[in-house]
Formats: sequence, structure tokens, C-alpha cells
Amino acid sequence: MKRARIFLLALCAVLSATLLLAAAGDGLWVTRVPEKDRARANPFAGNASAQAAGAKLFKQNCASCHGDDAFGKDHHPSLHSDRVRNATPGELQWLLSNGSMKNGMPSWSRLPEQQRWQIVSFLKSLQNADAQMAIKSDK
Amino acid sequence: MSRLQAKLAGILPALFLVFIYPVLCHAQENYFITYTHNMEEPGTLELSSKSVSGMPRNGNSFIGNALEFEYGVKTWWTSELYLDGQTTFGESTLFTGWRLENRFRPLLREHWINPVLYFEFENINSADKSLLEIVGHDGISDFLSRNDRSEKEREAELRLILSSNVKGWNISENMIAEKNLAAEPWEFGYAVAASRPLSLIASPNPCVLCRENFSLGAELYGGLGDRYSFGLNNTSHYLAPTLAFRMPNGPSFQISPAAGLNKNSHGMLLRFGVSYEFNQFASLWRSR
Repeated sequence: MKRARIFLLALCAVLSATLLLAAAGDGLWVTRVPEKDRARANPFAGNASAQAAGAKLFKQNCASCHGDDAFGKDHHPSLHSDRVRNATPGELQWLLSNGSMKNGMPSWSRLPEQQRWQIVSFLKSLQNADAQMAIKSDK
Repeated sequence: MSRLQAKLAGILPALFLVFIYPVLCHAQENYFITYTHNMEEPGTLELSSKSVSGMPRNGNSFIGNALEFEYGVKTWWTSELYLDGQTTFGESTLFTGWRLENRFRPLLREHWINPVLYFEFENINSADKSLLEIVGHDGISDFLSRNDRSEKEREAELRLILSSNVKGWNISENMIAEKNLAAEPWEFGYAVAASRPLSLIASPNPCVLCRENFSLGAELYGGLGDRYSFGLNNTSHYLAPTLAFRMPNGPSFQISPAAGLNKNSHGMLLRFGVSYEFNQFASLWRSR
């Protein structure tokens, strides 16, 4: 009986510590990106094939939250925002790898790094109005 | 009632496949026993069916099944409910109980090694054959007696999950401790696994059978005795290659033939899994 109580107390303590740690998570992700990550260049920059692959990966993994056209959905943010537009490829890669878990953005480290760079290529291509039209006509 | 529940465990996945297929999306499971640090996306419900079949020598062949409902509560918190059932040929088909588990990811960024804390409560009976973990002195001898539901097993299972995604590989290690709450000693087990997609670069064209949709890997799992007899003596161990196929915007399939590594193990276990994800399940519910 005493052991069971100790076990339950220990379980509660571990759970509480986990919840506290999680609640103290990061906020503005851009300010947290290390300099060496911020400066990383996209190995697929300017590669049309990578943008197409990124668009496909976006639809498979991201569109359910951010919308097919990446303008956001429900409470999930638009990826046409100034923050994303002004972010460097390295910053976007860091965000995809680490997520912004306190704000509901999961880590996509389960995707290989190359595929994350392909998504970054696509996100950067969103600045191009022609690319946006291509997505809409693809629907 | 129990037969009805066991039948439902088989029929429900088929119903979901037929009627709700258009809103399905792919799942991420690569392994059957080993957990990774990849959590369910918040608001997403994953429905999985994990089956295991075995043909123990001097015993009847069986198929164990676990129907799994996995929900992403937060980015760092995933909750799961399992409904277990089994069929033993020449004996019976039974609903064997349920499990409730929660996984918490304490570190909110990606590291070389990412810890996840896992807590599970099991309310199953001694006829359960879903083999979702191998602990203590679990072995083939547990499968030689006829189905018997008389013994209730209310157990707490704790895992420390350590997992890394490196250069396209996922490498995961689980340390397992399980306790039957009816004053039985702690039992221990382990599971380690590694897998990698066949292609790290996605094809620009829509495709189903392209290499990026397949992952190949292997799992090694087994028991480590209990508090009073810790070690490899009288334990069972398995080595299992795993193959996962994710259909784009569709279900995922996993298959894993597990080879027993010692005389206490089943000679061969064949595991098969199918998973479906309902993205932003809570939103779908609200919109109706």
C-alpha cells in the first residue's frame, strides 16, 4: 500500500514536471534560430523540380493545417505572411526541423532534411504570384 | 458481448476505409514495438489496426489484434486507446481488454537524442495475445495453455523513449518497465529500432509506388527479467525487419516478420499493420 502511494506520487511528480517544462516552451521562433542555422543556404534554391516536389510534400503534410493555398485555415497561420516572406531559407528549415511546439507547430524532423529543403523551396516560391496561380489551377 | 467486440475490432477498420477514405492522410508508424519521438500532430486522430500471428509449437495458431485510436492532444502530448482481441484457432475469439497510454515530450526542440516519457495503464486478461511489448520472462510457454480469461491483468507500463532523426535515419531505443498492480514484481524489457526511407528526396511528380513512400528498417526487442531475476535468463527476444508503405493521402501499411532468437521465443511472428490519419479531426467534428 505504501509502495503504491510512493509510485503514484512519483508518477504525479514526473507528469507535473513534464507539463511545466512544456508550458515554458519557446515563443517567437525567429528570434531563437541560431546564427549558423539562419545562414544556411538551400541546396535546392532555384530548382523548379524541388519546388514541385515541395508543393507535393506541402499538400501531403502541411495543407491540412495551413490550407491547400497556404493562406491558413481555422486558427493556423497563413504562410504568405511577412514573417515567412522575410525569413531566410535557413530559418524556415530550422522551423520545420524543430517546430514551434508551444504554438502548435509540430517538428517535421521525421521528414528527411532534403525533403524539408524541398518544402522550403516551395514556401519561397509562394512569393511568386505565378506559383500561387499554379497551385490554384492544380486544385 | 466479447465475441461481438472482437468482431467489431476487425470490421471497424474496413468501414472507415470505405466511408471516410477521402479525408484520410498518411500515418507515420514505422515500427510495431518501438516508439519514436515523433508525436501525433495536434488535433489529428490516427486509427490503426496492429495484428500479430503466430504458430507456437505444441500450441494452437493465433491472431492477436490491437485496434488503436491515437490522438494528438498537443504537439508534445499524444494519447492513445487500444482495444485488444484475439482469435486462437480451435479455441475461441475473445475481446481481451483495453489500454490507455500517454506520451509526453519534455524537450520542445529537436536534439541529437530526444526523450519521450510514456505511461500506460492496461486492463487486460491472461488471454491477451496482442504482444505489444515483450517484458520480464514472457515467452512461448504463455501461449501453450488454452484461452483463459480468468486472470485479470491490471498493469502500469512505463517507457523511456530515446529517439533521433539523423541523415534520414530514425534510430530509437525504448527502456520498458511494467508492473502488474496485483503485487507482482516490476518486469523489464527493451526495444531498439532503426529505419530509413528508400529515397531521401521526394519525386516532383505525383506517384504512389515511388521510393520515398517506402521505409525499410529493423527492430530488436525482448525481455530483461524482473526485479528479482534481472537479466537474459529465461527471456525471449526477437529480430524483425520492418517494411512500411505510405500511400500519399491514404493509408499506411506495415509488415514485419519477427524471428525468435532463442528457445523461449516463438519461432516466427508475422506482424501486419494498417493506419489511417484523420487530419484535424476536431475541426471536422466542429464543422458538422
